[in-house]
Amino acid sequence: MKIKSILENYMFVLPALVIFAIFYIIPFVWVFQIGLFDWDGISPTRIFVGLNNFIEIFKEDKIWWQSMWQAGYITLIALTFQNALAFLLALACDREIRLKNFYRLIFFIPPILSEVVVGLVWQWILDGNYGLLNYWLRNLGLAHLARSWLSDPKTALTTVAIIHSWKGFGWGFLIFLAGLQTIPRELYEAARVDGADAWYIFRKITIPLMVPVGVLVAILTILGTMQAFVLIIAMTGGGPAYHTQVPVLRILASMRGSSRFGYACAQGITFGFILMIVSFIQYRFSKKFRQI
Amino acid sequence: MKSAIYYKTKRITINLIIHLFLLTVAVSCLFPLLWMLSSSLKTQETIFKDMSIIPKEFHFENYYLAWKEGGFGRYFLNSVIYTVSVVIGIIVVASLAAYAFSRLSFPGKNLLFYIFMAAMMIPLPGSFVPLFVLMNKLHLRNTALGYILAMINVGLSTSIFLLKTFFDKMPKELEDAARIDGCSKLGIWWNVALPLAKPVLAVVVVFNALNVWNEYVLALIIFDSKALMPLQVALMNFHGEFITKYPLLMAGLTLTALPIIITYIFMQKYIIKGVTQGAIVG
Repeated sequence: MKIKSILENYMFVLPALVIFAIFYIIPFVWVFQIGLFDWDGISPTRIFVGLNNFIEIFKEDKIWWQSMWQAGYITLIALTFQNALAFLLALACDREIRLKNFYRLIFFIPPILSEVVVGLVWQWILDGNYGLLNYWLRNLGLAHLARSWLSDPKTALTTVAIIHSWKGFGWGFLIFLAGLQTIPRELYEAARVDGADAWYIFRKITIPLMVPVGVLVAILTILGTMQAFVLIIAMTGGGPAYHTQVPVLRILASMRGSSRFGYACAQGITFGFILMIVSFIQYRFSKKFRQI
Repeated sequence: MKSAIYYKTKRITINLIIHLFLLTVAVSCLFPLLWMLSSSLKTQETIFKDMSIIPKEFHFENYYLAWKEGGFGRYFLNSVIYTVSVVIGIIVVASLAAYAFSRLSFPGKNLLFYIFMAAMMIPLPGSFVPLFVLMNKLHLRNTALGYILAMINVGLSTSIFLLKTFFDKMPKELEDAARIDGCSKLGIWWNVALPLAKPVLAVVVVFNALNVWNEYVLALIIFDSKALMPLQVALMNFHGEFITKYPLLMAGLTLTALPIIITYIFMQKYIIKGVTQGAIVG
């Protein structure tokens, strides 16, 4: 091939490459570099501290690990409550049913709204003094249940997890529904002709065929929920007293709150590795399931 | 054998239960938005007392106040500018690259493509920290250009993937015909490939538009000056002020959510395709 033609072809990818190299590759390399320094992000001098930032994370930073467990708790609720709801709704819509398209339209409204909008609207509904939820509880004679949902340490984290599920179940619903619709109807017909009842068909046909889809949804849920944080900023800001902190919020706090850029990068690397391990385990699991 | 009436009542009951379940969830999806709209029409005095879903008086002037005095007009315009610029940027940059990855040959092609794809797979939480440093060094922090370039990068990998998948399946005959007619490579990309790719371009447009409109954290770290802020950051700031003017905040939230919901209703097909495919590959 002529050199001129090759150069011409390179010109097509050049803009993408330049943007990608500057805004993805350089920050990617820098994370690992900055993580070894004690630096406020602005001053011309920075102090090399080796792996001290990482040692501090593992040995001293209790709030970091607390935030990790809290993200895990939100993820657990998303995996169980949110995905069960998504699956049930998909099952309910996977049939000749009226208003099917209407339901599908509505269930995907929370996912397309921004986390800021969702967070601030729910924060207003759940407000301890003027919130609509407490007003309704009082009117129903359930005043003893009314509380400051988002500033009470006992309820804040679970409340955040439920709102996160509210915002996210539409995703799982769509993916599950798409999966259910790929199951050939003839399979159901044949089983019915053979005298199988609905429960038997569900257990022996629907569930086994939906396992790969379930694994996919689980992976997306874990990776998405562990890294979610804007919704939390909008609802609680991480409070009360660290009770709704999650890892990415800690990274943001290290950077903006205490101006420790090196430490923030070390936290980012630690968290990134944990996520990689989780998705690797999940990937292996999903391969196993596909073999069955 | 059970009678036909038994089966009929059973089917009706089951359908009823299913509809009740679906309807309950649907109402729970819409109600918070209705409450947001309702609160945006009350006043600072009535909003804490009047808990009716349909307000006694409709104070539409809240929208005027939010737009003018709350500054949401300015922020809205910023969000529009960023969204349009990023989407146009991504369409041009990503479709050029995707076309090359699909149709043209050059050394290192596969390796480069895999690097782009790896970027979608590797989680990099907290990448905003080095990005902040980089923006400072390049003097792009607190500039619209810096934010637009950073956001083009965010949507790049997924868009290249979607477009390349489409180009791979596209028949080559039309391009061959254009080449015989003496059309240049760039001419084929512009006159043949892009017009044919309209359906997938629609997906790329809405997927990225949604992403940019709803983006918060990069805008937070890149912008210092209020005049440049997009809606999402402005809403959080407005909420963080000493006394929150709730009716105006709710009006601001409605103004932010409305374009998304309207676009969604008209472009439902593309949005659902874009976000699900974007999520699955990313």
